[in-house]
Amino acid sequence: MREIDVGRITDTVADMARRSNIELPDDVVAALRAARERETLRIAREVLDQLLLNAERARETGLPLCQDTGVAVVFIDLGQDVHLTGGDLQAAVDDGVRRGYQEGYLRKSVVRDPLDRSTNTGDNTPAVMHLRLVAGDRVTVHFAPKGGGSENMSALWMLTPAQGRSGVVEAIAAQVGAAGGMPCPPLVLGVGLGGTFEMSALLAKRALLRPLGGPSPIPEVAALERDMLDAVNATGVGPMGLGGVTTALAVHVERHPCHIASLPLALNVQCHAARHMTVLL
Amino acid sequence: MTSVNAIDLTLPLTEEAACSVRAGDVVHLTGPLYTARDAAHQRLVALIEAGEELPIEIAGQVIYYCGPTPAPPGRPIGSAGPTTSYRMDDFAPELHRLGLRGTIGKGNRSAHVRQALRRYGGVYFVAVGGAGALLAEHITVAEVVAYPELGPEAIRRLEVEQFPVIVGYDCRGGTAFVGEKPLT
Repeated sequence: MREIDVGRITDTVADMARRSNIELPDDVVAALRAARERETLRIAREVLDQLLLNAERARETGLPLCQDTGVAVVFIDLGQDVHLTGGDLQAAVDDGVRRGYQEGYLRKSVVRDPLDRSTNTGDNTPAVMHLRLVAGDRVTVHFAPKGGGSENMSALWMLTPAQGRSGVVEAIAAQVGAAGGMPCPPLVLGVGLGGTFEMSALLAKRALLRPLGGPSPIPEVAALERDMLDAVNATGVGPMGLGGVTTALAVHVERHPCHIASLPLALNVQCHAARHMTVLL
Repeated sequence: MTSVNAIDLTLPLTEEAACSVRAGDVVHLTGPLYTARDAAHQRLVALIEAGEELPIEIAGQVIYYCGPTPAPPGRPIGSAGPTTSYRMDDFAPELHRLGLRGTIGKGNRSAHVRQALRRYGGVYFVAVGGAGALLAEHITVAEVVAYPELGPEAIRRLEVEQFPVIVGYDCRGGTAFVGEKPLT
């Protein structure tokens, strides 16, 4: 049994909180550059120019890419041959979030009560943690701060099986079209297809952790991703909703078997500040 | 900045200046403005309904829907991009009635807001969402002027310089957003 002190997880989360909010990942920068080359409209190019310059300025100045430094979403894949020592895992993750958001001058964007919104938790805790037990003796920590503007445009449907593939593509394109400029397009779309009500949402969120530009290894899922991307970009919403051919940079679909009566579909909308970082312990 | 053919406007805005720009124009703003978002708007409108005095001047001013990150040492403000505007749609027409000249945010807005812009002579600017590091470099001064207990949602008075925005809705009913028609 390999032992890992949870203090290492705290240190890792604190570092990822700071860095992920400042450094736009290379895959996202590359996708924005490619979009800039494709666009012909003046405003679309202006928006993408500002986003590319913003990524440079954030790295240079250490200011966060976006003022919405998000809710701290942490996925942990815990090897079942690991024994965590030194304390409670959720507390260790929250300690990391607390430290990272304080020391990194990140915004604290969490209210304690969803209805009585007068009290901010003050340190951006608690983190939303998704724990999965996997084979082996390693711990994988994914950190993905999630902004409110794009999260608000996410949706979940329980479609009928008869609505099928075309119904799924239509639902995604209609939702993104209706969201217009509000979620900060160009977007990255995480889609969860199948499973159950709650699993489809988790699949959609997890799909956002995949690097941009890498299609699903399953050929028919990769084809579905292409068709969804084409349908979404055909809306013409474009960067910030001001028109263009790039409404989404990528669509990632994660699929799971489901009940004979059901066709769960979840869409997690991610803005262009697609912050994600992974560390293997 | 990278923009070509930007129009320079000075804040606070006169009605004439607000109505001089058209949907889709790239504009650079210079001068003072106020930040306010969800919680501050609830408080301002509650004061208006109660007939009480507001903590800031509204007439002629521009409100930026923004909740910045904390200022690191040596900087006036942290990352400071726009938040999504539709959440303030229920409040904006009343503020325009009181003379608010413009707002800055991101995303589409309701027909009521667009009608208020036309009726009272106002303009809605779009700042590029997620460009908070870049936009912060166009802010030279930031001071909290009301509701400090709201943290990032406090009302701040900013001085901006060549702050880059795009006209989303103009005072004649025009729109820069895809899928929307001009008001008739």
